[in-house]
Amino acid sequence: MTAPTGTALAAARRRERRRLAVLALVAVAVVAGFCLVGLTGNWEYAMGIRSRKIATMVAVGVAVACSSVLFQTVTGNRILTPGIMGFDQLFVLVQTLIVFLFGALALSTADPRLLFAGQVTVMVVFAGLLYRWLFGREGRDLYVLVLAGVVFGTLFGSLSSLAARLINPNDFVVLQDSLFASFNQVDPGLLALSAVLVAVMAAWTVRLAHRLDVVALGRDHALNLGVHHASVVNQALVVVAVLVSVSTALVGPLTFLGVLVANLARQLTGSFRHLTLLPAATLISVIVLVGGQLVLERVFTMNTALSVIINFVGGAYFIALLIRESRR
Amino acid sequence: MIEIKDVTKRYGDTTVVDRVSLTIRPGGVTSVIGANGAGKSTLLSIISRLIPADAGTVTVDGLDVATTPGELLARRLAVLRQDNHMSVRLTVRELVAFGRFPHSGGRLTARDHELVDEAIGYFELDGLADRHLDQLSGGQRQRAYVAMVLCQDTDYVLLDEPLNNLDMRHAVHMMRRVRRMADDFGKTVVLVVHDINFASCHSDTIVAMRDGAVIAQGSTAEMMRPELLREVYDLDIGVHEIGGSRIGVYFS
Repeated sequence: MTAPTGTALAAARRRERRRLAVLALVAVAVVAGFCLVGLTGNWEYAMGIRSRKIATMVAVGVAVACSSVLFQTVTGNRILTPGIMGFDQLFVLVQTLIVFLFGALALSTADPRLLFAGQVTVMVVFAGLLYRWLFGREGRDLYVLVLAGVVFGTLFGSLSSLAARLINPNDFVVLQDSLFASFNQVDPGLLALSAVLVAVMAAWTVRLAHRLDVVALGRDHALNLGVHHASVVNQALVVVAVLVSVSTALVGPLTFLGVLVANLARQLTGSFRHLTLLPAATLISVIVLVGGQLVLERVFTMNTALSVIINFVGGAYFIALLIRESRR
Repeated sequence: MIEIKDVTKRYGDTTVVDRVSLTIRPGGVTSVIGANGAGKSTLLSIISRLIPADAGTVTVDGLDVATTPGELLARRLAVLRQDNHMSVRLTVRELVAFGRFPHSGGRLTARDHELVDEAIGYFELDGLADRHLDQLSGGQRQRAYVAMVLCQDTDYVLLDEPLNNLDMRHAVHMMRRVRRMADDFGKTVVLVVHDINFASCHSDTIVAMRDGAVIAQGSTAEMMRPELLREVYDLDIGVHEIGGSRIGVYFS
């Protein structure tokens, strides 16, 4: 005879909380390590720089974690992330077009907040149009959306490589620099704005959490259980659009971070509940980002872009995931 | 009472459900029979607002399913479709507990826990409660899904081929449980059933569909006639009275 449901579910919650606590401890340790390892000279100065980097990484971590988990929930898959929607490529295209139309000077001299707001707007509008077009009719297959994302991604990628070929080599260097994720050169004003946006979006996500659990069961089950599926999906997609915009505009594309953290969160917590998955994915994001940056700065002692390391680890994990999926 | 008025559904040029009007009275078990593609499942999905109708209305106890808020309807009517693939990895207990969502919105009370246990026990899933769905056989999984629907505790229960994947023993048990859901708990159960003999032995009313239209509706005795079954299935089916039930023989 198995335990009654009350006891069994309470035990499962405790197990999830324990695992979250372990993740939180690891995250704190990594952050402390990042702050303290190799600390010499002027304390205040170094801590100022390091804490700003940490704040950026936490904001990006929350954004990538929440957007990836939400995206996977509403599309009912575990492999694809918002990157598949062509967001990274749109970001690259917007950057490239700015340089192409106004020259590299514009990119480096324009008010970064204005530039940022513009990029976020373009990406949210793009996502909104895409969703409206694809979700306008009820019962449209979500895979159509994903397929459209692939097509858009390719289109934007081709357009930006065309534009990149037309601009002069000096401008191209500036452009390429701004396209690789880096936590070293983030504007403080931009960071504050992003932090507010990310916090609002995260709060919104938590409010949706219980309904997201049901939406993850699929459209029919969600409707049967009285959840307005289309409404939850639309809200989730707006949140995803804003979060991906914020993180991409802040530090550039981090293509494989999302797939890494969303799946690790599922694996490590063994939970389907968003109130567990979202914090778990966020903590893993922070661990990966801060840990990666620590390794980058202290072990490789070179200031190359973090995205290289993350895409290497995340890409390998992604391939492993694909192989495992196909064996099933 | 479920009232269906002039409901029509088209996909392109194909009319899948053609101006169906039908009344399903409260209480008892109603089976919908018909050949493949007769529109049974589509009709069931329209009644349960999973698919919007192109024309016509469906009301459940006077509530129009197209306009009534989902959470209100979810406490009156539960539906289970045939294909229940999920990308989420759940245990049987977690799945069944989702049936309480319309009532408690994700925060289960002690009463909810009791009902989950009852539903698990009712479908003989005790030993499997903490197994993941992907570790179960098709029949066990089917029972878990029906347990979730039972746990939803609604007056109306719509099941699309609940006997899918079930062996003879479990199929009979499933139909007996369905019967008891109607008799003991006073629920109104509507089933899509392929096997006319299960429909004959366990339901009060049979609705026959063909080419998207309802061609006949009546008590089991009225409906289990060779002439009528021939019209429904284009097949000669001999009907014999065996052990108090009308059994159709069509195997040879």
